[in-house]
Amino acid sequence: MNFLLGAFKPACNISITFTDGKNRKQVPIKKDNGQIVMNPLFQSQETIAGKIHIDPYQGKKVEHNGVKVELLGQIEMYFDRGNFYDFTSLVRELDVPGEIYERKTYPFEFSSVEMPYETYNGVNVRLKYVLKVTVTRGYAGSIVEYQDFVVRNYVPPPPINNSIKMEVGIEDCLHIEFEYNKSKYHLKDVILGKIYFLLVRIKIKNMDLEIRRRESTGAGANTHVETETLAKFELMDGAPVRGESIPVRVFLSPYDLTPTHTNINNKFSVKYYLNLVLVDEEDRRYFKQQEITLYRLKEEAS
Amino acid sequence: MRALAGVEDEEKWLAEGIAGIQHNAFFMHRALDANNLREVLKYSALMLSELRTSKLSPQKYYDLYMRAFDQLRQLEIFFKDESRHGLPVVDLYELVQHAGNILPRMYLLCTVGSVYIKSKQAPSKDVLKDLVEMCRGVQHPIRGLFLRSYLAQVSRDKLPEIGSDYEGDANTVMDAVEFVLQNFTEMNKLWVRIQHQGPGTVREKQEKERNELRDLVGKNLHVLGQIEGVDLEMYKETVLPRVLEQVVNCKDKLAQYYLMECIIQVFPDEYHLQTLEALLAACTQLMPTVDTKIVLTQLMDRLSNYAASSPDVLHEFLQVEAFAKLSNAIGKVIDTQLEMPIVGAMTLFVSLLTFTLRVHPDRLDYVDQVLGACVVKLSSVPKLEDSRAMKQVVALLSAPLEKYSDIVTALTLSNYPRVMDHLDDGTNKVMAMLIIQSIMKNDTCISTADKVEVLFELIKGLIKDLDGTNVEELDEEDFQEEQNSVARLIHMLDNEEPEEMLKIIYVVRKHLMTGGPQRLPFTVPPLVFSAVRLVRQLEAQGGNIAGEDVPATLRKIFQILNQTIEALSSVPCPELALRLYLQCAEAASDCDLEPVAYEFFTQAFILYEEEIADSKAQVTAIHLIVGTLQRINVFGVENRDTLTHKATGYSARLLKKPDQCRAVYACSHLFWVDDPEGIKDGERVLLCLRRALRIANAAQQMVNATRGSSGPVTLFVEILNKYIYFFEKGNPHITPSDIQSLIELINTEMLSDNGNTTIHSDPFFSSTLRYIRFQKQKGGVMGEKYDSIKL
Repeated sequence: MNFLLGAFKPACNISITFTDGKNRKQVPIKKDNGQIVMNPLFQSQETIAGKIHIDPYQGKKVEHNGVKVELLGQIEMYFDRGNFYDFTSLVRELDVPGEIYERKTYPFEFSSVEMPYETYNGVNVRLKYVLKVTVTRGYAGSIVEYQDFVVRNYVPPPPINNSIKMEVGIEDCLHIEFEYNKSKYHLKDVILGKIYFLLVRIKIKNMDLEIRRRESTGAGANTHVETETLAKFELMDGAPVRGESIPVRVFLSPYDLTPTHTNINNKFSVKYYLNLVLVDEEDRRYFKQQEITLYRLKEEAS
Repeated sequence: MRALAGVEDEEKWLAEGIAGIQHNAFFMHRALDANNLREVLKYSALMLSELRTSKLSPQKYYDLYMRAFDQLRQLEIFFKDESRHGLPVVDLYELVQHAGNILPRMYLLCTVGSVYIKSKQAPSKDVLKDLVEMCRGVQHPIRGLFLRSYLAQVSRDKLPEIGSDYEGDANTVMDAVEFVLQNFTEMNKLWVRIQHQGPGTVREKQEKERNELRDLVGKNLHVLGQIEGVDLEMYKETVLPRVLEQVVNCKDKLAQYYLMECIIQVFPDEYHLQTLEALLAACTQLMPTVDTKIVLTQLMDRLSNYAASSPDVLHEFLQVEAFAKLSNAIGKVIDTQLEMPIVGAMTLFVSLLTFTLRVHPDRLDYVDQVLGACVVKLSSVPKLEDSRAMKQVVALLSAPLEKYSDIVTALTLSNYPRVMDHLDDGTNKVMAMLIIQSIMKNDTCISTADKVEVLFELIKGLIKDLDGTNVEELDEEDFQEEQNSVARLIHMLDNEEPEEMLKIIYVVRKHLMTGGPQRLPFTVPPLVFSAVRLVRQLEAQGGNIAGEDVPATLRKIFQILNQTIEALSSVPCPELALRLYLQCAEAASDCDLEPVAYEFFTQAFILYEEEIADSKAQVTAIHLIVGTLQRINVFGVENRDTLTHKATGYSARLLKKPDQCRAVYACSHLFWVDDPEGIKDGERVLLCLRRALRIANAAQQMVNATRGSSGPVTLFVEILNKYIYFFEKGNPHITPSDIQSLIELINTEMLSDNGNTTIHSDPFFSSTLRYIRFQKQKGGVMGEKYDSIKL
């Protein structure tokens, strides 16, 4: 066993460090196996720089046909697992073919990298960024090391942000008018609004506001849509009477939300909806869904 | 669903709920000890989730709520201490709002909110406003009520009222008021809504349950009443209108009634007085089924007490025209609430009257006005039949009597008799009795004819048969009592001024004469005596009053008397009439009006002859006639002879011998008046006595003949006593020998009566003999007279 282990052990240890690795913010990312690991956070147009150390194991030498580092932006569809589609691919050659006898360090830098899409971990699709270091070898197969990192892009508040206001109802049964103060919310935002009951002829038990995420993948006939309810927030308990106005105040921060993504590289879209659900005493549900746009606002100082 | 569940199930659910609270509270406490905020929030929310149940009745729910409440206080202490959880309160305020379920979320928010205000990191008004607004999310009536009641409780000591730590800058007492008002409004809406829950079959149970919850709502009004710095202006402009608006708009009978009651109780009297208009306007807008009268009654009671508390406040009542406003409002309520039973209206009038009497004791016109309104109301309905309403009317009429303790005041109220007209006969009598009793109790003297007229109008139920009275229904005893009262009343009508008194007598007579045969025997005597009293008064004043009108007046009075007594003949009631004639005769005699006296005597004799047939009555009558005649000294010889002759004649014609005997010896007094100027006809005295003796003898023989033994000697002894009397008075025709022989006669009679047996001693006789012996032994002039009598 020991022999075998020794035989298949990679000949060297590759590690990647970022220039400002100690200060850079780390965010938790859930891996395939359910583990949560912390990864450094970047945003578009940032320069991604650092050092790559190649450390051959004791008394070994590494022959190679060259060392390179790639920055890859990949989309992985779950129905097509393992098959990555790279939408971004940058390469830096670090070394010409040769032999490494002892620890060797290569600085690298991708300056002002265009990373238009955010890291995303969905039900059917994943978008991730990775640094891939390859020590190319002819016979024994290349030695590869990956370092994931996270990209989040911040946008300024939208110039136009209208409220959502609508009157809906079932004739002679229920008429409500609801209003959400905005149509575009940032991820730590608060949804404010009110529900005004114009007519109530059913015995309502309660009213919830749900935040739903609609992830659609593929295109055309192969479009696959997955909807998740990320939050269910009770707005009202009991039956209101006509003329009652129920306040809405939902903090978005507790929920695991992402910005709205529209047609990411023709592969997928992520949309968010507010779903107002009224449940009557016979557990019938009356609901009205409204799309909202989520965006990531630069957090201040925190 | 709850409605169908049994009590047992409910107990079970409550136990489950309590267990749930305890379970989660345990973990919450562990988290509290560890200062673990996340866990604290988690378990407190779970604990509070137990309050989301719909299965419990309000009472049981309250039990559950109280348990959660205790835990929340621990939580509040934790929230207060930032060092324990490490989060600024403002962040905490957001954090608790992340809870997904509204009820736990709101309880936590209220708890943190109270800490937030206390920390003064935000203006209290903003926090309060936010809390009261966010609570809207709980629309379930019972859960909402308890939540808001929790809010009210935790915020109670944090209101920005005057003098509180939280007042100042932008936080004014107005914000405190605003907050409480809003919470009140919402709570009331929830409370009212309970009735729309569940099927109609459990309505009654619901009403009961709702009633149990009412104090949760009322508490807000109490708080409003206690907030420091709510001055009259604010109360008038903001508090009251808002509260009333809610009361009126909720259109719920239970709520309206309870809340009006609360308003009246919790706010100061002075405020009520100054906002009377608004308050009363609201009363008129309540649901028709609301017992507005109780509300108004309470209001008026409070105001009357306020007025009674200090005389200084009375001018305020005048200033705001309290009476006019109340009176108007009551009118409106009665007009609008068509379904209000008449008893309700009457109750209102009673309250208003009480109010008036207390606040404006000097304003009789107000009292009259109330009674007038009452008359209008009563006229609008057919005959009053509701006994409770009747009672109220009686109360209404009694109030002025009690207040003024002087019927005279009541007599000046023009509407008083008109109200009485609406009573049924029975009640009318009760009322009349009350009036009389009041007069008696207060010893009120009614001194003018006008008043007497009014008074008799009031008590006419007693004076005469009203239309449609079923005579047979009358209870004999009650009737007598009533009539006796009337009789007593007549004695209370008095005036020093003879002229006015005469008028009074005229009035009384006019009324009494309508009374019919049943009443006359009761009512005529007092009238007669009243008149006789006047006669004597005039006679006593005789010397003082100049002019000739005195005898004229007297004659007039005697005329009336004559006619009055004559009326009794229709009853018929000859014995009574006879007595009254004799009384009048005596009075006439005292006035030196011989013909009048003679006339009365004549009447008496006629009655005796024509009407009195019963032998016993005859005996009594004869004695009365003799007694009266003996005292009268006005007659000339001729008249006197005629009358005495008649009297003696009648005496001798009585049926039973003993009666005859007694009447005859009584007549002897007619000829011997023990008076310096009295007639002293000794001979005729002796004649009478002898005649009596003869009759006694005859009687004795009759007894002997029928029974075989002679009767007692009582008659003889009685005659002996007469002899002795006249002997002592110095009648020359009575000699000691007469007495001597009479004593012997008696002794013989007694012996023959007893035959062989021992002498039976008659106590009367022995006493008489003992008297004679005593006189003899005493000596002196009298002793000498007796000397010749030997025993």
